[in-house]
Amino acid sequence: MKSAPFDYHRPDNIDEACAILAADEDARIIAGGQSLVPMMAMRLVRPTRLVDIGRFGSLSYVRALGDAVAIGATTRQCVVERDPLVGEYVPLLSKVLPWVGHAATRARGTIGGSIAHADPAAEIVLVAITLEAKLVYCTRLGTVEVPAPEFFTGLMTTALPIGSCLTAIHFPCIAGENVGVGFHEVNARRSDFAFASAAAQVALEDDRSCRELAIGIGAVTEVPFRLDAIAAEFSGQRIEEPKLRMAIRDAMSEVTLMSDLHASADYRRRAATTLATRAVMDAVASAGAERRHVH
Amino acid sequence: MSIDLTVNGRLCRIDVEPRTTLLDCLRDGLGLTGTHVGCEHGICGACTVLLDDVPVRSCLMFAVQADGYAITTIEGVAPAPGELSVIQDAFCETHGMQCGYCTPAMILTAQALLANNPAPTRADIVDAISGNICRCTGYAQIVEAIALAAERLRGVNRPIEAAP
Repeated sequence: MKSAPFDYHRPDNIDEACAILAADEDARIIAGGQSLVPMMAMRLVRPTRLVDIGRFGSLSYVRALGDAVAIGATTRQCVVERDPLVGEYVPLLSKVLPWVGHAATRARGTIGGSIAHADPAAEIVLVAITLEAKLVYCTRLGTVEVPAPEFFTGLMTTALPIGSCLTAIHFPCIAGENVGVGFHEVNARRSDFAFASAAAQVALEDDRSCRELAIGIGAVTEVPFRLDAIAAEFSGQRIEEPKLRMAIRDAMSEVTLMSDLHASADYRRRAATTLATRAVMDAVASAGAERRHVH
Repeated sequence: MSIDLTVNGRLCRIDVEPRTTLLDCLRDGLGLTGTHVGCEHGICGACTVLLDDVPVRSCLMFAVQADGYAITTIEGVAPAPGELSVIQDAFCETHGMQCGYCTPAMILTAQALLANNPAPTRADIVDAISGNICRCTGYAQIVEAIALAAERLRGVNRPIEAAP
């Protein structure tokens, strides 16, 4: 359980980091290290060198950027968890963060680290896909912005080229009285890897018909995915549970799911269907909840 | 590689291989064996230390990453040699330990909790220690110990500047 030897670099800026990464394809970035270090301890990965970007102040921020909230790649998860801007405009991200690891790992783990690691069970990855966040990275040639569906290319695999460094994640904003979010997951114990997870965000009209609906399913396929057909089906309609559950079940029946010794594909299909139904119904219930109390 | 750590208030300069975890550096390099080695991959929480007063897993950090940080281990919580902190004392009194393996990490986690939240609810305490495994399953007494320590810490004399 000890890592193989490696060289350690702590460059002063992103350009230097990219140069080191470009010169050695077995070099890896370390920021919080909460996923990378255990993989190194188990020798699942043996990078030749680690480039520590965890101290770049320029990559640690949360700020409004047009109709998105931009979060710097090395912003600690515990900081984002408490950030009021995120709470107001990206409530789904605030909702899932308490499920990301434990307080002691969120104190070190970064938002960008989770995205770049691209674990299929990662809650932050699920939110990025559900909300269609944009991922920004830089190489020595310049800055590139990629939408989430193109960024996550496979099991723990991303479109990040060798010699690049993820710099920011832009989560689209949603706010208002008639907006609600929901999230559920099942796992063996608190904050362990999920066997299945589901996230939902809705925006309702004043008559409580559906204006926008996004549903994301995580931990059951190599890359989390959205149930876009269901969102289209309920557009302009009120969301009722029996019909929703059937629609999700039908959609899930067409997906090929992962199976392992912890959870079979069948179990994951049933769990994901139920979790997604609950997540959407939670989102609907929380949308406009304050307004309804007033009347 | 030479790094500077402030461990329990004392500045230490130490040479480490980059692959040395903060955990191994504390135990093998500095002889502070109160920080326990459990799973070595971030699951059990036995190696928890405070990094700038925040609980972190010392097995999930290379010592070189901690360069320049202030670290508190279980050896640094007692007010003087031969004495116990209020939290340690509460763990003894409520039998908040059985084999003792998880105890240093539980105490440090409790210390960080109580520094930020002097009156935690049971749910707050359970949430705070949810990342620390006690395989004796002595959680009930651990929760009781932290609640007792919180009560005592609330009752101690306030510093002069806090008086009305």
